[in-house]
Amino acid sequence: MSRLGIIGIVIVAAFVLVALLAPFIATHDVGATDLLLRYAPPSGAHWFGTDSTGRDIFSRVVFGARISLEVGIVVVVVSAFFGTIVGAIAGYYGGWVDRFMSGYIFNVFLAFPGLLLAIALVAFLGAGLNKLIFALCIIGWVGYARLIRAQVLKVREYDFVNAARALGAGDLRILTVHILPNAIQPLIVQASLGMAGAVLSEASLSFLGLGVPPPAPSWGVMIEEARDLSTLQAAPHALIFPGLAIALTVLAFNFIGDGLREYLDPRQRRR
Amino acid sequence: MKRKIFGVLRRLGFLVLVVWTVVSLVTLLIELVPGDPAMAVLGDQATAEQLAQFRVKHGLDRPPFFFGIPADESGHRHFRWYGLNNRYSDYWRAILHGDLGTSFRTERPVFELITERYPATIELALAAMFIAVCIAIPLGVVAGKNRGKWTDNALSVVALIGISLPSFVIGPMLVYVFAVKLGWLAPSGRFAWSDIILPAFTLGAALSAILTRMVRSSVIEELGEPYVRTARAKGLSERTVVYKHVLKNGLIPVVTVLGLQLGVLLAGAIITEKIFGWPGLGLLLVEDGIAKRDYSVVQGCVLAISTTYIIANTLTDVVYRWLDPRIRVS
Repeated sequence: MSRLGIIGIVIVAAFVLVALLAPFIATHDVGATDLLLRYAPPSGAHWFGTDSTGRDIFSRVVFGARISLEVGIVVVVVSAFFGTIVGAIAGYYGGWVDRFMSGYIFNVFLAFPGLLLAIALVAFLGAGLNKLIFALCIIGWVGYARLIRAQVLKVREYDFVNAARALGAGDLRILTVHILPNAIQPLIVQASLGMAGAVLSEASLSFLGLGVPPPAPSWGVMIEEARDLSTLQAAPHALIFPGLAIALTVLAFNFIGDGLREYLDPRQRRR
Repeated sequence: MKRKIFGVLRRLGFLVLVVWTVVSLVTLLIELVPGDPAMAVLGDQATAEQLAQFRVKHGLDRPPFFFGIPADESGHRHFRWYGLNNRYSDYWRAILHGDLGTSFRTERPVFELITERYPATIELALAAMFIAVCIAIPLGVVAGKNRGKWTDNALSVVALIGISLPSFVIGPMLVYVFAVKLGWLAPSGRFAWSDIILPAFTLGAALSAILTRMVRSSVIEELGEPYVRTARAKGLSERTVVYKHVLKNGLIPVVTVLGLQLGVLLAGAIITEKIFGWPGLGLLLVEDGIAKRDYSVVQGCVLAISTTYIIANTLTDVVYRWLDPRIRVS
């Protein structure tokens, strides 16, 4: 795999470790405020400084990794699961089933740009972690479904599929045992890029006040709290550290996605 | 010819179907509000009379759809047919007359609120696109011409960083540098012409990164074509070859991406407008709609943004087909 891909894996592994061991790594209570210590710059006691209410930014960034990765993993697994089922059905059966699914259903979901559908859903459902995950799954599954559909369309024409059919295998067996294992490779790339997207979306929605409610240390919430002019003037570090955390996580998953794509596609491999 | 017309008609049919479904979904979104929307808007201080009045005014006292399965006193659910007297058909009748309902808060027509804010959002999206193109074309060409060398690798990493940095990180950082520290530009608002610079840059940053990658791979692909060899054999300078011949062909896929990205920019503008207090559709959606639970404003904004997106995509598709005759044939 490319060097950048490996760097990505190392960064992600570090973030996973931080998320798992958060209670041991964090130096302070994430909710403990200390108004005498507000806007403190980074120091030995507070490695990343403190925010507008004197909370320790380092500990909040550490616990924020939990929220980000939790949302990312759940969203990617659930959307990939449902996307694969729908995409496989559309691609395998073809005909009017496919025309209905990919011509109509997919396009309806793709007719909402970017986060808009998720924003709309959460706006009506109300803010909260579970609702946010639900909304991100609703906008997420189509990407996987389209991908798997295209793959299945290709793989179902191969000779070994015909051979399996000639041997009397049923649709379910052909699909799960013969087609999907050969169609699933690009899904890994998509899932990696999907993690980047989900982490970014969670932070975006939390930033808009539509995600995890404020006292929770979501990176998006931290940035929203740090961006008013007085905080920006007194404590730019309150913005920089959570921003860096988001950027690094997203960058790492993008590195992995790009690296995997090159690795899995020999035509793109340079060496 | 006959087949061509049939093909166009089928695509149009699907488009109408998609728009109809999108509008229907948006009108029915209010059903997702947990509990009573009237209570959510007016608060628990409201008297029963106020609540009833509000419901009648905004049609919330009537059934949401042609049929439903409401629970009766004993808790059993039964299928009931309501006929045409429902909110869904009202909404459609109103939309076809250019009426998106009235705001739950300010009592102003939502259509008016949207047309007031729409130009600011389009302005921002176009400015972002302009900045992105100005950054992406030179960088993409340089990267593509130097494929595999360190300039290419460095630009690839920069582009990936650009894609990974979310607007709500770039935006406040720009505010910190240019408004707080240097004091050159205003941190928010839309008063002077220069107020658009920071938001447009924030919104366009990710797009410029995506476009740089596209221009690069496009240039690499075109450089391998025979016509480039011909042009070089004619003794044309490398500059002319790249900028007059390669770019002209290489920009076709970029145009498509630009069109598709217009919608993404419109959605992304929601966050950028919030950061910079830019008075467009996004700010209307977030501050007047979602924050104040003005559900009719939320519906109107979602409808306006997604319709613009669908129209932009369709136009892009048409332009793309027109630009590249190879697609028309196949």
